[in-house]
Amino acid sequence: MTSILTYTFKNLPNTSKWALQFSVRPLSCSSQLRAAPAAQTKSKKTLAKPNMRNIVVVDGVRIPFLQSGTSYKDLMPHDLARAALSGLLHRTNVPKDIVDYIIFGTVIQEVKTSNVAREAALGAGFSDKTPAHTVTMACISANQAMTTGLGLIASGQSDVIVAGGVELMSDVPIRHSRKMRKMMLELNKAKTLGQRLSLFSKFRLNFLAPELPAVAEFSTSETMGHSADRLAAAFAVSRQDQDEYALRSHSLAKKAQDEGLLSDVVPFKVPGKDTVTKDNGIRPSSLEQMAKLKPAFIKPYGTVTAANSSFLTDGASAMLIMAEEKALAMGYKPKAYLRDFVYVSQDPKDQLLLGPTYATPKVLEKAGLTMNDIDAFEFHEAFSGQILANFKAMDSDWFAQNYMGRKTKVGSPPLEKFNNWGGSLSLGHPFGATGCRLVMAAANRLRKEGGQYGLVAACAAGGQGHAMIVEAYPK
Amino acid sequence: MEVMNEIWASDQIRSAVLISSKPGCFIAGADINMIASCKTPEEVTKLSQEGQRMFEKLEKSTKPVVAAISGACLGGGLELAISCQYRIATKDRKTVLGTPEVLLGILPGAGGTQRLPKMVGVPAAFDMMLTGRNIRADRAKKMGLVDQLVEPLGPGLKPPEERTIEYLEEVAVTFAKGLSDKKISIKRDKGLVEKLTSYAMSIPFVRQQIYKKVEEKVRKQTKGLYPAPLKIIDVVKTGIEQGSDAGYLSESQKFAELTMTKESKALIGLYHGQVLCKKNKFGAPQKEAKHLAILGAGLMGAGIAQVSVDKGLKTILKDATLAGLGRGQQQVFKGLNDKVKKKALTSFERDSIFSNLMGQLDYQGFEKADMVIEAVFEDLSLKHRVLKEVEAVIPDHCIFASNTSALPINEIAAVSKRPEKVIGMHYFSPVDKMQLLEIITTEKTSKDTTASAVAVGLKQGKVIIVVKDGPGFYTTRCLAPMMSEVLRILQEGVEPKKLDSLTTSFGFPVGAATLVDEVGVDVAKHVSEDLGKAFGERFGGGSVELLKQMVSRGFLGRKSGKGFYIYQEGVKSKNVNSDMDGILASLKVPPKSDVSSDEDIQYRLVTRFVNEAVMCLQEGILATPTEGDIGAVFGLGFPPCLGGPFRFVDLYGAQKIVDRLRKYEAAYGTQFSPCQLLIDHASSPNKKFFQ
Repeated sequence: MTSILTYTFKNLPNTSKWALQFSVRPLSCSSQLRAAPAAQTKSKKTLAKPNMRNIVVVDGVRIPFLQSGTSYKDLMPHDLARAALSGLLHRTNVPKDIVDYIIFGTVIQEVKTSNVAREAALGAGFSDKTPAHTVTMACISANQAMTTGLGLIASGQSDVIVAGGVELMSDVPIRHSRKMRKMMLELNKAKTLGQRLSLFSKFRLNFLAPELPAVAEFSTSETMGHSADRLAAAFAVSRQDQDEYALRSHSLAKKAQDEGLLSDVVPFKVPGKDTVTKDNGIRPSSLEQMAKLKPAFIKPYGTVTAANSSFLTDGASAMLIMAEEKALAMGYKPKAYLRDFVYVSQDPKDQLLLGPTYATPKVLEKAGLTMNDIDAFEFHEAFSGQILANFKAMDSDWFAQNYMGRKTKVGSPPLEKFNNWGGSLSLGHPFGATGCRLVMAAANRLRKEGGQYGLVAACAAGGQGHAMIVEAYPK
Repeated sequence: MEVMNEIWASDQIRSAVLISSKPGCFIAGADINMIASCKTPEEVTKLSQEGQRMFEKLEKSTKPVVAAISGACLGGGLELAISCQYRIATKDRKTVLGTPEVLLGILPGAGGTQRLPKMVGVPAAFDMMLTGRNIRADRAKKMGLVDQLVEPLGPGLKPPEERTIEYLEEVAVTFAKGLSDKKISIKRDKGLVEKLTSYAMSIPFVRQQIYKKVEEKVRKQTKGLYPAPLKIIDVVKTGIEQGSDAGYLSESQKFAELTMTKESKALIGLYHGQVLCKKNKFGAPQKEAKHLAILGAGLMGAGIAQVSVDKGLKTILKDATLAGLGRGQQQVFKGLNDKVKKKALTSFERDSIFSNLMGQLDYQGFEKADMVIEAVFEDLSLKHRVLKEVEAVIPDHCIFASNTSALPINEIAAVSKRPEKVIGMHYFSPVDKMQLLEIITTEKTSKDTTASAVAVGLKQGKVIIVVKDGPGFYTTRCLAPMMSEVLRILQEGVEPKKLDSLTTSFGFPVGAATLVDEVGVDVAKHVSEDLGKAFGERFGGGSVELLKQMVSRGFLGRKSGKGFYIYQEGVKSKNVNSDMDGILASLKVPPKSDVSSDEDIQYRLVTRFVNEAVMCLQEGILATPTEGDIGAVFGLGFPPCLGGPFRFVDLYGAQKIVDRLRKYEAAYGTQFSPCQLLIDHASSPNKKFFQ
């Protein structure tokens, strides 16, 4: 039904379009306010839906993304999240007590702050009356935080949401072995010396071997890099193509950084250290240098190397999301609408990183758009090989028919519109925080470069994926 | 070979890759029929030497040749691969390497016995060649049998299998180039353990000790019944101690000798039979059975469930009590978890497989079942009750299969509204280990029902024989007279241990007394009473009274901890149950001295078995002698070196068997009267079960 409606919208002449909207949404107080400026943009329709609240992102920020083990290494995750929240408060001047709900995404949890959203919000001076929860969905955790917020606003539960994400890979929980933990827990319960001694007698030296977390699938025990290498091989993506793509990402990121386009970055004064103002993982190299690296996962002949993979990153991001009428009532000039979104999932072994391929046609269909309508693509770059494999999959009728149950391919995104300000390969990828970066990059690019629609897409561990349409807010 | 000569002749070619275009198979061995067609050992020796020369040429190739292995690389295929300079294998479940020749009673005859010890070390080479076991690619890499592994790929722009082969080829080509450019060395870094072993192997004394040890072990396990393993040791030894020329010569000669042995003929016959019994000669069923329901979560029911869920069949396991059901579920879980411990499954795969199992106490979901297999207690009225209950809830197309070892299927089907859908599926315990499935059809069973039952059995990984209905079907019926003889022999005062050693030294994997304990004394009693009623005097011999008394004393065999032996958890060595002495003494009968030598005891057991088997063929219970051999070997442990009762008659001579039977007939009467078909074979020496 929706698609039929939107389709008619699309073919109507501009003048009657707004008249129709009026009739469909007569109760919306904001449509009048919106109508005037919107008419000035390109002739593309807006994705507003009847009987649905328009949801906007007022603004979003992130602290600089740093390679793990650098300036943030002595902090805790909630410190980073706090800094992002403070940056957001500073940027938007939002009164803390109007925030209805705070949601953060994170992947590797610090056990002391398992609800890191709450700890960070309290520390950042938000009202202790504002509830907060933490979500996790691997690399699309921040996306999940945002869309959870969208759900709260769309259903009328909330008007103002702060969504964000955080990851601190400099410190990860390394646990005692299960045997050691069991012994320690039993020791807790032991009352007499005899009981304790008998427990100690069961101690073996191998109890001390620690359990390390790995970026590996629980279901398949395969590390993500290994899977990416296999994926690249399955789609016959060459090492050189991967290196070239990685170089492109770094070069574009460098350019964007130099030109000051990464306006979502807010400085962070790290206690006891200098103020961090810039992402520090951007390092354009040369193809010759990159070609020298040995494969990191499938040795000795694989194609995924340290240079064409995203690196371990510390960072946090936060966004202020509101119902459009609320934002306008408060006098904000929103940056973008957050429109249709989808989550997808597929085989976690052989299609682990193909989320964007599955999610893109679905979200476009839902929004009634085609690839040609998209002006800014922001895809999460886990590995060069993963991005290029997704391009090939999106461009393959065979894959669409045999694995996605679609009649035709969706087509691969034009490179000139794709991750123009760098991506996760160069800017870094703090697992839980990347989603917000992608949305803000899309929103900021639409403002800067012109254009109406941005498409955000990402893959995630577990064989899951996500895509969302970001629509420029009329200037 | 022509292509290889071209490669060697051309200046343009600097290296080569050997790859199979057949997905899932590199080379699964040489053609056995080629050897079978040779009449004399000299011919075989020549054949072997040709192979040796071809592979030697390959080994000495100045241009590096890389074997790119995907799928089965067995026997001659492995000998080819190890002659190449480099080996790359895909790391998937289908890719296995091995030298299964010993299982056919022969040895690797194209240089394998000489190259393998050099490549993986003497102990590992012995292990491979003497067990014939398949080695997975990752293990092969650790052993040094392959140099590189290639991960199987998922879908890309082509089907996964196709792209994986392509990728394997790409990688192999890269390595072939690297080898010819001397960028990659074919020398492998050896681990510390490997270095130490190879050092130890350079000491003659250590080598001698190893030969001795291995030989002792082989003698103990084969009891001298299988010549191939000893010859393998001998050939390997010759190669190492006297140089490779002597080794190759010995390999080809011993290979030829082995191909002429009865044992090899028996084992190769079994191999062919097994291949036949892994096919569905009834065609594809109209509707593929995907949803299974099993009644009774006992040892058998749970075992059937285990081999079903791990093949992706959605399976309901129903029992009458929660405790019984829980025990069955635990059995399935343990079976899967043991595979996790052996690293054949991941814990995640285990969980996902286990989710195919639905344990319940009611008939919920039976409306979707395609096949119900009942494994309730062996009691006709109980079976009738569940059949009626089940027929009230299952859909029209659903098949009702009865897992029974002796109850005639037509009697079970008598109360059915749809007897064409009723069939017997006789599994063997433990279901996950025993390969055989005996399918029993009645006059009324439809062809489609049979096709469906065979399809399910094949999916469960079984070797299948399809037999006609009758008391004891085929397997139980053959076993019963032999068991009766076992009782008589025990009554005649032969110790259980002595009897066990007589049967195992004849080639049975389990001793006769132990077998009774394993099957369960109560089951044995049940069966011998039932079949005794059906067949009368011919199944007599020992007294069922012996079993009755054992049951009344609670000596049910392994399951109750006591039978002829005492079974204790964690104790390996078995002790004779001394309480049996009294029972045996009270039922003692005097032995007849002219038929009580060790050999006579062995033949009394075997000839009764064989005679009954031949009678089953005569009566049409069995469709083919092949199925008779497969059923006897895989279901009852008939000595594989004899190839099964029918092959045994062919190889040993029908006349000799009839003579033996006549001799015992003279002592004990009609129980030993040879059947007509056997007499026919004896009287016309050209008549063979296998031409």
